[in-house]
Amino acid sequence: MTPQEGAFTALAVIGALAALRLVTTRNVVHGALYLVVTLATVGGVYLILAAEFLAWVQVVIYVGAIVVLLLFSLMLTKAPIGREALDNQQRGLAALVGAAVLGGLLFLITDAFSGQKIHPAQTTTAAIGTSIFRSFVWPFEVVSILLLAALIGAVALARREEP
Amino acid sequence: MIAQATIRLPFVLAFSAVLFSAGIYGVLARRNAVLVLMSIELMLNAVNVNLVAFSQWLKNALVAGQVFALFVITVAAAEVGIGLAIVILIYRNRETINMDEVNLLKW
Repeated sequence: MTPQEGAFTALAVIGALAALRLVTTRNVVHGALYLVVTLATVGGVYLILAAEFLAWVQVVIYVGAIVVLLLFSLMLTKAPIGREALDNQQRGLAALVGAAVLGGLLFLITDAFSGQKIHPAQTTTAAIGTSIFRSFVWPFEVVSILLLAALIGAVALARREEP
Repeated sequence: MIAQATIRLPFVLAFSAVLFSAGIYGVLARRNAVLVLMSIELMLNAVNVNLVAFSQWLKNALVAGQVFALFVITVAAAEVGIGLAIVILIYRNRETINMDEVNLLKW
């Protein structure tokens, strides 16, 4: 096992455990904190895969912005604490579907890619910027419009109407 | 000369599969709308891990996988903004964000 694989395995175990705790915890605020752990380990995985820019984007946008947004909405809404209040009656069925998806994916992955190795080459931010603004400029513009529309839509939805 | 960094592709894909399955379980089993949104974020992250892993595996000259992971992050930010605005609006009108009780459009 190479050092990269050792570091990756440690991160992946932490991230997977935090993800499982996120979907089973009984306290919504703990759930948000477990989400932070999972997102940070995903950022670490990006670093191990030498996707440096994406790792920092992950930290700034996910851990910085999206989790704060989720925490704010948890504080603005009153959520009861406890398993019965947070989970519905289909827990067993949901666990079955999740396990089936996991089993199917793991079977396909080992069937198709076992023995394949990644040799991560460093991706510079310059290369990503060149690629976005040279080859993917139309998708970039579309995504910008989408983000603007979502921003305006969120403000219009959440605004309290004057009586 | 540093040894070439190597990591097995199935390891990364298995991590992403675990995140995705946990997200599916969360979406199906949770009642609280904010927790469902968190589970959706988990699934989107699993997709991003796959995109980056395959981008590095295929040695794509355009780094298309990483660029599309950035786009997915942007769309996720838009989605969570709209989703939370809707959740807060539902809470303001119905005093609950329990997904089982929000059935205005159901029948």
